[in-house]
Amino acid sequence: MNRRYLPVAVTAVLFVALFIAGSLQFSGFASARVILNLFTDNAFLAITALGMTFVILSGGIDLSVGAVLAFSSVLCATLVENYGWHPLQAFPVVLLLGAVFGTTMGVLIHTYKLQPFIVTLAGMFFARGLATVLSEQSIAIEHPFFDAINNFGFSLPGRGWLSSATLVLIAVFAFGTWLAHFTRLGGYIYAIGGNSQSAVLLGVPMGMTTIAIYTLSSTLAALAGIVYSFYTASGYALTGIGLELDAIAAVVIGGTLISGGYGYVLGTLLGVMTMGLIQTWISFHGGLSSWWTKIFIGGLVLSFMIFQRWIAVGLHTRLQQK
Amino acid sequence: MQLTHLTQHRLFLPLLALTIILLANVLFSPEFFHLEFKDGRLYGSLVDVLNRSAPTALLAIGMALVIATGGIDLSVGAVIAISGAICANLLNSGFDALPLVIFAGLAAGLAAGTINGGLVSIFGIQPIVATLVLMVAGRGIAQLINSGQIITFQHEGFAAIGVGTALGLPMPVIIAVAIFLLVQILMRFTALGLFVEATGCNPTASHYAGLNVKAIKFSVYGISGLCAALAGMIITADIQGADANNAGLWLELDAILAVVLGGASLAGGRFSLPLTMIGVLIIQTMSTTIIMSGIEPKYNLLIKSLVIIVVLLLQSPTFRQQIRQLFGAGKAMQGDRV
Amino acid sequence: MSERKTVLQLTGVCKRFKGVFAVNHVDLNVQEGEIHALLGENGAGKSTLIKVMTGVYSADSGRIELCGTAVSPQSPLDAQRHGISTVYQEVNLLPNLSVAHNLYLGREPRRFGCIQWRRLQKDAQALLRQFDLNIDVSESLSSYSIAIQQLVAIARAVDCSAKVLILDEPTASLDAKEVVVLFRILRSLRDKGVAILFVTHFLDQVYDLTDRITVLRNGEKVGTFNTAELPRPQLVAHMLGKELQSIEAEKTASRSDDTANTTLQVERLSTSQGLRDINFRAQAGDAVGLAGLLGSGRSEVCAALFGLAPLTEGQLSLRGNHYRPKSPADAIACGIALCPEDRKIEGIVHPLSVRENMILALQAKRGWWRPLPRHEQNQLAADATARLRIVCSDPEKPIGELSGGNQQKVILARWLMTHPNVLVLDEPTRGIDIGAHAEILQLIRQLCAEGMTLIVASSEIEELVAFSNKILVLRDKQLHTVIEADAISENAVLAAIAGSN
Repeated sequence: MNRRYLPVAVTAVLFVALFIAGSLQFSGFASARVILNLFTDNAFLAITALGMTFVILSGGIDLSVGAVLAFSSVLCATLVENYGWHPLQAFPVVLLLGAVFGTTMGVLIHTYKLQPFIVTLAGMFFARGLATVLSEQSIAIEHPFFDAINNFGFSLPGRGWLSSATLVLIAVFAFGTWLAHFTRLGGYIYAIGGNSQSAVLLGVPMGMTTIAIYTLSSTLAALAGIVYSFYTASGYALTGIGLELDAIAAVVIGGTLISGGYGYVLGTLLGVMTMGLIQTWISFHGGLSSWWTKIFIGGLVLSFMIFQRWIAVGLHTRLQQK
Repeated sequence: MQLTHLTQHRLFLPLLALTIILLANVLFSPEFFHLEFKDGRLYGSLVDVLNRSAPTALLAIGMALVIATGGIDLSVGAVIAISGAICANLLNSGFDALPLVIFAGLAAGLAAGTINGGLVSIFGIQPIVATLVLMVAGRGIAQLINSGQIITFQHEGFAAIGVGTALGLPMPVIIAVAIFLLVQILMRFTALGLFVEATGCNPTASHYAGLNVKAIKFSVYGISGLCAALAGMIITADIQGADANNAGLWLELDAILAVVLGGASLAGGRFSLPLTMIGVLIIQTMSTTIIMSGIEPKYNLLIKSLVIIVVLLLQSPTFRQQIRQLFGAGKAMQGDRV
Repeated sequence: MSERKTVLQLTGVCKRFKGVFAVNHVDLNVQEGEIHALLGENGAGKSTLIKVMTGVYSADSGRIELCGTAVSPQSPLDAQRHGISTVYQEVNLLPNLSVAHNLYLGREPRRFGCIQWRRLQKDAQALLRQFDLNIDVSESLSSYSIAIQQLVAIARAVDCSAKVLILDEPTASLDAKEVVVLFRILRSLRDKGVAILFVTHFLDQVYDLTDRITVLRNGEKVGTFNTAELPRPQLVAHMLGKELQSIEAEKTASRSDDTANTTLQVERLSTSQGLRDINFRAQAGDAVGLAGLLGSGRSEVCAALFGLAPLTEGQLSLRGNHYRPKSPADAIACGIALCPEDRKIEGIVHPLSVRENMILALQAKRGWWRPLPRHEQNQLAADATARLRIVCSDPEKPIGELSGGNQQKVILARWLMTHPNVLVLDEPTRGIDIGAHAEILQLIRQLCAEGMTLIVASSEIEELVAFSNKILVLRDKQLHTVIEADAISENAVLAAIAGSN
């Protein structure tokens, strides 16, 4: 097998192993319901993590996604509840603002050569601040459209429910796969992450690509915010705190190299699902408390990092032997 | 010439920012500068700012060193939670001799620093991910120690770390100042400071000059862990309880920000602890000012983020050049150094 | 020859750094369908000239003409658009992308907004077949050897309609078989009319492959010659700047070889960097010169002595004691110092100050807990500044603001402060002005007189002859000849470097 797919394959094997272990241990674990709930419950995280995948593939980082999600959910709620907009009017505005936000960060990073870490950190404060200014309280959304969408879905055998959030998730990942592997921009993103100096020499438009990456990440975070506002039927400025860490962890567990250049969109989806499965397993277990999730995920990130380091070193020596 | 020298001094921008914020207080809330001495300690907003700055200041001291070597330590917030949890549980367990509790807290910090330092210097893993591991898992470990509860305790001796008074000032201020002086002396009265800066500026040349670059990187993470553990004890003592979820949440970001506001580059190199302290004060004064001036606290984050962006832009050569071009090339030429 | 069309014409190109000429009024003419060698030792100005041609630097003066029209490339990408493509020793492609993607990045065939991977791979396969390369183009580039990566880079450059192909040390990391393949392809490109500028330090390859040779030295053009009409010793003489016949032997004080007084003994030294079986001995007051062309193993000997490359065989002893350094810190503790070749990356620590740079090694040797008091640092810095005549108004200035010569003196000062028994200098006079050059030679003599042992690697034979009392001539990472005492002359060294086995 191609060595490039090894990290993703490892994550896939891990996911399947966890699922089998859970199924043997608990009755009711091996069901369409559990799998589909993984999608529904983690849709917002997966959408955010997809944006993060592109950022990390290019060798950057985006700390602002959790705050952008919160801002987007609060803006949705405010527009719908306080201003009486129809959700379908509110969504384009929310997504557009998300895009503008990301574009601004991209411009700051590219034009002024500021480090992504610190720019997106400021972006995180700014988005969280905007959300707080909009409303400090949680706003419940009661709108027939929200109910309709939440009730929309397909019933599947095994008491499974293909929810609207899952459908959005699938659409977004289809888009992500197309972008990463079938467009020029996708190639440019991998190129910058592989070696930015070589990328310049090969004619990659650095400015355009950098700005596109952060615009995409923020737009997807805004979309995740919309999905989250459906999921909770509310908007709250303090949601999604620490979501950026979960997203980064999902990307790393999904086999994407944190220094950029290597990784797959599908890996990230597997990473999110693996994290979700750990959570499900812990809730089935009952005896283990929720904090074990964090410890497990931390441990997973650590082992994946050392694993990737090992692959990298292996590649290096293999090349030297040639 | 004199003026350009002044504006190019490293102290200029951070001090200017702090002065502007303080001046804003003179205009909008003069009571900000009111100080009062009663019951053996000073009271007033200024003292308050110092007191609240103490945990961030401690983190920023360690962070400044880590960043100077070209690294970053994201785990300090989680380390706060761990050291707090360990101390609180020890206090409730009967092993409540103060030196033992403090020693245990510090040992936890050192252990965390050792893990980070080991991953970075021995395994060669990027600092951002290496410390992300503990950032994520650390809070889980703290919750594990606390069994998911907020552990409260009654212990006057330990509580004094957070709420006590010494020399007329709150104890956290005294601790932060003492550690600042200790580390400053350690860095500037031994050759450590030079070694740390050399490592950050050019690790290869430093290795060639006979420095043990790995050991230096390793030790700054250790110091950072110790500082975080101390901050954790202050926060825990302050509320007389250990909250694994919220203790020190996002403080690592404030600490990183303070170091950057102090003029340090995240790429490593020169560091200055006094400037870092000014960065800490800028952050805390800004928060307090916003509250005092009657602006609703919900604008706090928004204003903070805008100030950060402005300071970052002012440090960017491209931005400075654009500003110069905007204000006429002739005048700018004098200030240019070739 | 002259009927051929000129593709690339450089006229009077100059480039200065901090007032020192790196390239001084250089003319260069590369014609259609020729392979043109650009030769010169390190610091001769080859790399600066290439960077001017590829738009990394802009020339201070002079003209670059491509097929008769003046161009001034602003960036490597701009140069490529004009038709000047460069393939470097370290391949400038993307290791994480597939071979096919590397070939067509930014110009992928698309339909309905989707990249047509199948067509792209077919095109890539077809393109590489022209280069006799039958590989799986869907594999990532990093899974192939450097040689194949280089061929891919050449294929991309040619396919992007390169008029001039610049190859910068393309063979440095290839083995003999791979070189044969590369050369076959270069010849076929030449026959198709591509103009190729070939930079290398392997003289055999120059004679094997190229049609004409341009030699640079100290930033100036020595001349352009037809390869077939230039005998090898003559070429080496041009590169090293001395005419073979006109050299008069200069006497160096001969010394008695006294085994008991040996400072450094090197026996059967082999290292992981490829050195094989090096033997020599040096005593107090000796200046041992390491001569040889670039890549002959000069720097590798320096690195081995300083603990930078693990020994695979043999042993070292220092004043009679077994010596096996594992790191520079070890070497320094044993009294060895190294002034490295790449001053910017391995030497100076910018933006630390001149004073801090000077005391760094001494401080490292003392340990962090025993800091040099500031007044002592100031005194040491002042003494060194005076002794080495460093031009520096303020020792608190960042070292990067000094000229190359003064930076080098600061690094020398750094090592002299540690009072080494053995001082290893790797290209101590590279890229520095004439004044500083003479002062450093003076210093070397003086240090020898004081009883220090110096090991000096240099491409400047003239200077090696001027101060050495023993010269080791290296070839192919092995010791070729040892020239001692009265036998030392530029003629002898040149002959040893150029001579055939």
